[in-house]
Amino acid sequence: MISQSTLLTIVLAPLLAAIVAGLAGRVIGRIGAHSVTIAGVALSCGLSIWVLKMLIDGAPVFNESVYTWLVSDNVRMEVGFLVDKLSALMMVVVTFVSLCVHVYTIGYMHDDPGYQRFFSYISLFTFSMLMLVMSNNFLQLFFGWEAVGVVSYLLIGFWYTRPSAIFANMKAFLVNRVGDFGFILGIAGIVYYTGSLDYATVFGMRDAIAANTMEIVPNLEWQAITVVCICLFIGAMGKSAQVPLHVWLPDSMEGPTPISALIHAATMVTAGIFMVARMSPLFELSETALSTVLIIGATTAFFMGLLGLVNNDIKRVVAYSTLSQLGYMTVALGVSAYAGAIFHLMTHAFFKALLFLAAGSVIIAMHHEQDMRKMGGLKKYLPITYWTSLIGSLALIGFPGTSGFFSKDALIEAVHASHIPGATYAYWCVFLGVFITAFYSFRLVFMTFHGEERFGHAHHDDHAHDSHGHDSHGHGHGDHKPHESPWVVTVPLILLAIPSLFIGWFTIGPVLFGDYFGEAIFVSESRDVLGHIGEEFHGPAGFVVHAMKAAPVYLALLGVLAAWYLYIKRPDLPGKIAEKFSAVYKLLANKFYFDEIYQAVFAKGSRNLGTALWRVGDVAIIDGTAVNGSARVVGWMSGVMRHLQSGYLYHYAFAMIIGLSALLAWYVLR
Amino acid sequence: MQLTWPILSVLIWLPILGGVALLVLGDRGIALGRWVALATTAVTFGISTLLYTNFDMATAEMQFVERAAWIPAFNSWYALGVDGIATPLIILTTFITPLVVIAAWTVIEKRPAQYYAAFLILEGLMVGVFAATDALLFYVLWEAMLIPMFIIIGVWGGARRVYATIKFFLYTFLGSVLMLVSLIYMYMKTCDAGQCSYAIADFQELPLALNAQILIFISFMLAFAVKVPMWPVHTWLPDAHVEAPTGGSVILAAIMLKMGGYGFLRFSLPITPDASAELDWLVISLSLIAVVYIGFVALVQQDMKKLIAYSSIAHMGFVTLGSFLAFDLLQVNGDTRGAAMGIDGAMVQMISHGLISGAMFFCVGVLYDRVHSREISSYGGVVNTMPTFAAFAVLFALANSGLPATSGFVGEFLVIIASFRADFWYAFLAAMTLILGAAYTLWLVKRVIFGAVANDDVAALKDLNGREFFVLGVLGVAVLLLGIWPAPLLDVMRPTVEHLVQQITVSKL
Repeated sequence: MISQSTLLTIVLAPLLAAIVAGLAGRVIGRIGAHSVTIAGVALSCGLSIWVLKMLIDGAPVFNESVYTWLVSDNVRMEVGFLVDKLSALMMVVVTFVSLCVHVYTIGYMHDDPGYQRFFSYISLFTFSMLMLVMSNNFLQLFFGWEAVGVVSYLLIGFWYTRPSAIFANMKAFLVNRVGDFGFILGIAGIVYYTGSLDYATVFGMRDAIAANTMEIVPNLEWQAITVVCICLFIGAMGKSAQVPLHVWLPDSMEGPTPISALIHAATMVTAGIFMVARMSPLFELSETALSTVLIIGATTAFFMGLLGLVNNDIKRVVAYSTLSQLGYMTVALGVSAYAGAIFHLMTHAFFKALLFLAAGSVIIAMHHEQDMRKMGGLKKYLPITYWTSLIGSLALIGFPGTSGFFSKDALIEAVHASHIPGATYAYWCVFLGVFITAFYSFRLVFMTFHGEERFGHAHHDDHAHDSHGHDSHGHGHGDHKPHESPWVVTVPLILLAIPSLFIGWFTIGPVLFGDYFGEAIFVSESRDVLGHIGEEFHGPAGFVVHAMKAAPVYLALLGVLAAWYLYIKRPDLPGKIAEKFSAVYKLLANKFYFDEIYQAVFAKGSRNLGTALWRVGDVAIIDGTAVNGSARVVGWMSGVMRHLQSGYLYHYAFAMIIGLSALLAWYVLR
Repeated sequence: MQLTWPILSVLIWLPILGGVALLVLGDRGIALGRWVALATTAVTFGISTLLYTNFDMATAEMQFVERAAWIPAFNSWYALGVDGIATPLIILTTFITPLVVIAAWTVIEKRPAQYYAAFLILEGLMVGVFAATDALLFYVLWEAMLIPMFIIIGVWGGARRVYATIKFFLYTFLGSVLMLVSLIYMYMKTCDAGQCSYAIADFQELPLALNAQILIFISFMLAFAVKVPMWPVHTWLPDAHVEAPTGGSVILAAIMLKMGGYGFLRFSLPITPDASAELDWLVISLSLIAVVYIGFVALVQQDMKKLIAYSSIAHMGFVTLGSFLAFDLLQVNGDTRGAAMGIDGAMVQMISHGLISGAMFFCVGVLYDRVHSREISSYGGVVNTMPTFAAFAVLFALANSGLPATSGFVGEFLVIIASFRADFWYAFLAAMTLILGAAYTLWLVKRVIFGAVANDDVAALKDLNGREFFVLGVLGVAVLLLGIWPAPLLDVMRPTVEHLVQQITVSKL
């Protein structure tokens, strides 16, 4: 049996650790701070694994409220936990990656003056993320949703003296808020139609939502369920960085690398994917919503992948890859392959966290240089980083047998089998995306680890990206050879490399094609693409053999070959190609001009609107005309009236005589 | 459980007597005077908590009632009593005032005795406004409240204080004179019915024709809309805030604005339900304009206090929106589901805004005391020299942008959910606050708190002293507590709000 106290411990251990490290950081010192937070997260991780094991062994799903937040208008708003195999899987992924990142941080942030603060933040993040995935209601979901956003805001702006960092964190928060704007409308819609925020109650009444239509625009009837689901999905688009709300994620790389791995690759950005999977009973009722999800996801998967092709910043390439992979997961949601999305989410969490942490290890070795053009040939200096990176990259491109292979190949098959509107477009996006993924992944590997050594020219001074507080690394080491990172950095890499390689093999059967998720995920029979594929599934080995007969694997190999040809064999070619297709290159290098357009339309536009409303509306019309105008009228009238009160006796006597004459005249003449 | 002694009178007169004592002590006795002020306000707060602990949460009746003859010729009584709407506001008042006293401790050097006296007397009057159950008593206290605030801004204010005080006084005074006419009209009506009375409860029972209701509604609306303030009668607020001393801004934002929201709930809704139903579109539109229009205006302010003042107007839009949703819901859906949630949301928003805006004005005060500038451009990178202060500032900024687990979220969440039931577009426009509120608040934080040290003034800043830490710490705890567990507040209000919803569904025609 899963007890409430176990779950409370899982949630509160990181929170308490965060509070201790945050408030008493100066007292307990660096070692104290990382000890207490690591202990907290390790406890959470251990208990999460135990909970997952209990569920697999047949323990009943836990669904209970912890306390009543408030009761208003007979709507009970509660804080509580729903722990089934879906949330338990997320809990394990979150706490495991978080634990790895905690350990890694000891090495990465070694010289940073904000050491304790950093540990406090990442533990706080773990708490928030656990609250999000373990919630049994929309209120707590929204709390976790916003709380992870805030911690992300604090961490992107961790080096708060850098203009680029404090711009990026505000941008991230505001773009996420645009998503949350939709999300809260979706939640409001759910309360409207069901009178409840509790998942079980809402799902139980889903037919009541489906029976309704709304007229948002007069004379245009929409299915209520479609409106609600699309609103919820707008929230997911913000958090999971789907086009057109993706612009914050690449900039979030301003934060320290450990959080790029934890928050902006493995966990927080997958919250949107998790949420839609959790809401599968609702999304299944609206084909329009699913199609929207599918098309947005496919667009993100393909077009954001393209951006990875031209970037030279090692972290940003991984960031665009994350965008693209999030698009893959969203595509899986769109074709009702929710289990496929969660499966890819899990494998991606491991190999993408691995890739980010490996990139961080490279960045440390290069004294905080992030430009891949200034790397090359690092393989022999950083053997552990190299091999783990290679494992991560192979998983990412879906090399047969790796975890990413199982999740991605199944996903592509699922899209192929789907008949929902937009499925053909999505299929081509994810299919061609395989080539792009392989190309940019191995472009990174080749540029960083192979080829000639292009470093050692001490140019890190003018391009110090990740250098705050790392001065002891940055100076005086210029001519030294790069060297492998300390064990606190490499052990997490190895720990993450293991699941990146093997976890797909062992879990694909039950998670994807078995009944692992049971009641947690609902798929209507007509759209059950995974069940359809599952009929031909005969164990992981058979899956590999089957895939060898299909195109995606060869497309991936082609991508690797192309990268090898362009960056190892003929390194002069990429420049020439960029010149030849300069229009395309410029479009990609400028990220399709999303940032410029948003800056001009939304940022500048709202400032101009604000100025106009203020200067014209408030200052000129309300204050200038109405308020001070009426004061002036009063002033003018009293100026006129003042002349009557001159103070001269003869003026008053004269007025009296006139009045008297007038009165007399009136009496006499009437 | 009702008390055997007149707690409400104590809450009104104790601070006023404390104020008088301070005036007697004078500036020469200020060393003792400060402690008198602190002790008085702290004891007042302590006593006010008894209102909560002894509150009967099962009834909508007035509690702790007192009644004494006041003006027998008009049958007007010194009548006091509180229900679930007044009690939280009174406790908010008594909670904020000691903090204002503490914050002024070493800061106010000019006529300090009179400064404290003004706040203490103001506190008594404000408690009286929330506690009065006699309309004439309410009106007298309502207007009397202007005098100390007028003095506070006029004496301890900034450079343009004369313009600001006159604007503040004329705006609010002109707004409320028509209310007096309405009150007298209703008094005459009760006389026609045989029993002359100024009791608010009797006004609520009074049958009124629709056109009479509409005139009364408009006169009330003028008085309350100016106080809230609603667009377009809001322009006094930014000026008053900019010129007021820190304590004045805090009281103004935290409590005096709530008088408007309270007035709508106490007078407009139950006394003129049919007129409210006729004109609810007006209030709702103005509220939504406040949220969106003012949100954009706040974005471009260069003065920190002005920015927070505009943010106050936008947040108070939720109060008026939530209060008047009831009528729209009744018309659209034919039932009152969601009405109580709207009013709950309005109430929580008032309490929460009291805490958050108060805290934000305190934060500006902390900076102003050191640098003597309210301009955003005078700052930058404050976190480098004042890390503790920065932590508080970021906390309150996030609360101001409605972050869950802070009090700022609760009211907005309830109102947005309730407004979806009335009209998708209400919810849509109200939810814009998620984006706009975050935009203007976080941009402020980015420019003032974050970044590299911008100038020598910032480089020379000293972090919070113990006194400032205490004030911000207490407010921070309150903001978080109310955000994490708002149920106790909602429990106090429930019977009263349900009764109010009951009242407004019954036509008086």
